[in-house]
Amino acid sequence: MKEVNESMFSDTIAAISTAVGEGGIAIIRVSGPDAVQEVERIFNSKNKLTQVASHTVHYGHIVDPETRENLEEVLVTVMRAPRSFTTEDVVEISAHGGVISVKRVMDLLLQLNIRLAEPGEFTKRAFLNGRIDLSQAEGVIDLIRSKSDRAFSVALKQVEGSLSRKINELRHILVETLAHIEVNIDYPEHDVESLTSAFIREKSKLVMDEIDKLLKTAQEGKILREGITTAIVGRPNVGKSSLLNTLAQDNRAIVTDIPGTTRDVIEEFVTINNIPLKLLDTAGIRETMDVVEQIGVERSKHAVSEADLILLVLNASEPLHQDELELMEQIRGRQCIVIMNKMDLPSQLDLDILHRYYPDELIVPMSVKAEEGIDRLEEAISNLFFSGQIEGGDLTYVSNVRHIALLKKSKQSLQDAYDAAEQFIPIDMIQIDVRLAWEQLSEILGEAVGDSLIDQIFSQFCLGK
Amino acid sequence: MSYMGGTYDVIVVGAGHAGCEAALASARMGAETLMVTINLDMVAFMPCNPSIGGPAKGHVVREIDALGGEMGRNIDKTFIQMRMLNTGKGPAVHALRAQADKFLYQHTMKEMLEKEDKLTLRQGMVDEIIVEDGVCVGIVTQTGAEYRAKAVVLTTGTYLRGKIIMGELTYESGPNNQQPSVKLAQNLRELGFDLVRFKTGTPPRVHKDTIDFSKTEIQPGDEHPKFFSYETKSSDNEQLPCWLTYTSIDTHQIINDNLHRAPMFSGIIEGTGPRYCPSIEDKIVRFADKPKHQIFLEPEGKDTKEYYVQGLSTSMPEDVQIKMLRSIPGLEKVEMMRNGYAIEYDAMVPTQLWPSLETKKLPGLFTAGQINGTSGYEEAAAQGIMAGINAARKVQNKEMVVLDRSQGYIGVLIDDLVTKGTNEPYRLLTSRAEYRLLLRHDNADLRLTEIGHDIGLISEERYAKFVLKKQLVEQEIERLRQAKVKPVEINPMLEAAGSAPIVDGSNLLTILRRPEVTFAMVDAFSPSPYDLDEDMREQVEIQIKYAGYIEKQLGHVEKLQKMEKKRIPEDIVYDGINGLAMEARQKLNKIRPISIGQASRIAGVTPADISILLVYLEHYNRVTAAKG
Repeated sequence: MKEVNESMFSDTIAAISTAVGEGGIAIIRVSGPDAVQEVERIFNSKNKLTQVASHTVHYGHIVDPETRENLEEVLVTVMRAPRSFTTEDVVEISAHGGVISVKRVMDLLLQLNIRLAEPGEFTKRAFLNGRIDLSQAEGVIDLIRSKSDRAFSVALKQVEGSLSRKINELRHILVETLAHIEVNIDYPEHDVESLTSAFIREKSKLVMDEIDKLLKTAQEGKILREGITTAIVGRPNVGKSSLLNTLAQDNRAIVTDIPGTTRDVIEEFVTINNIPLKLLDTAGIRETMDVVEQIGVERSKHAVSEADLILLVLNASEPLHQDELELMEQIRGRQCIVIMNKMDLPSQLDLDILHRYYPDELIVPMSVKAEEGIDRLEEAISNLFFSGQIEGGDLTYVSNVRHIALLKKSKQSLQDAYDAAEQFIPIDMIQIDVRLAWEQLSEILGEAVGDSLIDQIFSQFCLGK
Repeated sequence: MSYMGGTYDVIVVGAGHAGCEAALASARMGAETLMVTINLDMVAFMPCNPSIGGPAKGHVVREIDALGGEMGRNIDKTFIQMRMLNTGKGPAVHALRAQADKFLYQHTMKEMLEKEDKLTLRQGMVDEIIVEDGVCVGIVTQTGAEYRAKAVVLTTGTYLRGKIIMGELTYESGPNNQQPSVKLAQNLRELGFDLVRFKTGTPPRVHKDTIDFSKTEIQPGDEHPKFFSYETKSSDNEQLPCWLTYTSIDTHQIINDNLHRAPMFSGIIEGTGPRYCPSIEDKIVRFADKPKHQIFLEPEGKDTKEYYVQGLSTSMPEDVQIKMLRSIPGLEKVEMMRNGYAIEYDAMVPTQLWPSLETKKLPGLFTAGQINGTSGYEEAAAQGIMAGINAARKVQNKEMVVLDRSQGYIGVLIDDLVTKGTNEPYRLLTSRAEYRLLLRHDNADLRLTEIGHDIGLISEERYAKFVLKKQLVEQEIERLRQAKVKPVEINPMLEAAGSAPIVDGSNLLTILRRPEVTFAMVDAFSPSPYDLDEDMREQVEIQIKYAGYIEKQLGHVEKLQKMEKKRIPEDIVYDGINGLAMEARQKLNKIRPISIGQASRIAGVTPADISILLVYLEHYNRVTAAKG
């Protein structure tokens, strides 16, 4: 069998393999049969990557292949198959860790013949290619599951609101056009008007222009939106909002407002020790009214599900409440810092119970009112971050990169369709590119296209025997 | 009292389009085969339109032929019109469609069945499946005959608890007033199979002499007809035209005035009808703003005056049908010979099948055709041949033959059925295929003859011809690749073709890629040294011209096939795999996919679930390998 020595995967994947911060180094890892040759296309250096020896490091710049402009100063490591983590050809790009620079490099990579890795995919490949020991199979499965679930909730969050509405509009234009093409093909004698290449050009152009507009807004200052999503949770009146305000006061970052998004939680963007955080106060001001308490709880749950980091605020002057125990149970295993607020009052908390869930360094006594203990909280956050334990931050950020890559690919497919239509290529071949564009847009929304084209054909046209 | 009727290798129940292919394939592969059918006069009967082929369906007929099936050869002998459709579009969607002499079609097929060595025909109503130790071992007929076999193929069409509906009138019946099969439906339920109720319909037939053809448009056949079978080289069949007319405002008025009598709307019909072939009353309600609908008048044979009224499928009461017909231009004085009707029937939920078409619940029992929730003669025949092949192979202890989605429309059809199931009678469409450009009408032989030969349905003689064709096509493509041309030599030809002149040297293969240039032009410029027939020339041209698109799709296919080759062991316990999402676990338990590829196409199974499954399988395989 051929497969013994050869990876079973024919595509090349990339992901950021360190947490995204504003300091330090970020590593982007690329793995797969085309890793070396594809990275070479955007790497400017004395050495050609395709010719260098395995396990060597090279200094150079990432360049925009179109403008040949140097974008980032990087170190690139080449590890050839099978002596790499995945047993495939692997290239690691070390860049200055700023969000902007990592994002630029990823943007370029995803426009090459490289796709964004699925959650846990490097580890999966390592395992399936025989690199990881059998005993770790269970661990690999857990990793894929937990990362996928998180990625899923992040992806959903990302395409709420105006973006998904717009993309749905464009998908609709394309699926109507596709249905029309399909009817022409499958019902050639039916009295449906034949689609002309002029019509296909017109529709492709329309959608391409709209994608361009989306891409423009996507490039404009969304960086801070991509911080580590941090949910502040707790029972009413434990001091969540005060904590948010205190952190925001001291650390307020430049907030980029994204028009068109509605928020049902209060968000603040802050940087703590250069780490970008997006703080979510889950219940907000209205929680003082009893009726709304229920809603507050629901929101907390939602925020918790999408957060990379949870700040659980407890009132130290009261014993642990049943709700709090349930909450701790619910978020077990997630990155969490417990804040014992109101330490200026006599303590009623049972520390033994807390210690069952959290080690000492993750329990921070504070008095938000007296502004005591903030330093310890900031320290706890940076410790978690720099030890690499918070790793979700790049998920939000990366799924944004993914959208941009898919938008660009979709636009390219439409350009191919447009060009083909100009050359009078048969309609069923042009269809291939239009369909690809439609699938790429659907992928942004995480939707499988399934039978929706066939449904569209039969709702749009009257066919029968 | 029952008696022992006989022992066979394979029993085929039913003699429609699925049954005929199943029985012939099985017998030709050397299995002693019994075919039992309710009425031997109904062999290969066309209860609805007298035509075969069209987009996707015509492709399937060619695939059946490449596998050694009969439908293509039979229609080539009995057509009364042949047309190539979609000629203005790309080669992948060119589609042959024939009007059949439906009576001749039946007789010719019956003759073929009768002369097949290992095939026994028997008229009889099958009431029961015999099950021993959880395995299907035979059947019992109404008359008490018990037949034993190692494999049974059910091809019951619309006969299972069939019920005809027309206006207020309903009665138990198979198609065209045949006896329905009631006890067998009951028996299948008792055996634990999930059955659904589907519905289909057919339009009225009218007398030719009462049609005023002057008010209609003529639709002749092609002057130089092509054929379905790769073996048919010529034909002297005389062609008859079809005729096109339209419904009128009056037709729509008559239907609207009588909607309260339409079983579709009065609630008499409970079965799910297909969206792609709605009745005329359905069309008028759902697309109320469409002022007229096409009606094709099609002869049912050369020795009959009956004409099929395509586009007017209906279950309206008989008196309304007559009024509707007479409101159509050209049919003002028409005599209706048979009324249209709707028919409801029981069908199996097809996700109960393996991709081999064997039922998961009852080893040895296969089902094919309309019983699996499809519609159409071609779809039925496709399943028939596959079920026949696999039934015979089961008897011979050979591996099941399963076509994947990149090998043929047959693969697409069966994979859709067994992986996704269907909520309505399933019809093939070219848009159901991901790799439409590879599943062309012209290359069905290149895709499937090898398999047909391997399983023993393609003769050595035919196979040798096929190998020669393949070789000559490859050699000619290579010759054109090597043929260097200078601008001075080729530019006059390019100019004549309205194509831009070349500046540097090139080769003929590159020249032929240009949209304006045809193979004939290149061949005139530099005649091929090989003896190429029309098929081969066409093949060379298509493979060169569309190479870019074809290669793109081949890239996808490579990925698909890797996943198809990752087999899932039959004894896998999904409940024992931690990490699979609940929904995925339920779906996988139900479908029990044979490969990772199939698993990935199940709705509700996410890419993460597939990753987890892959990791689990790797673990499983390594552990199994370690145990030796």
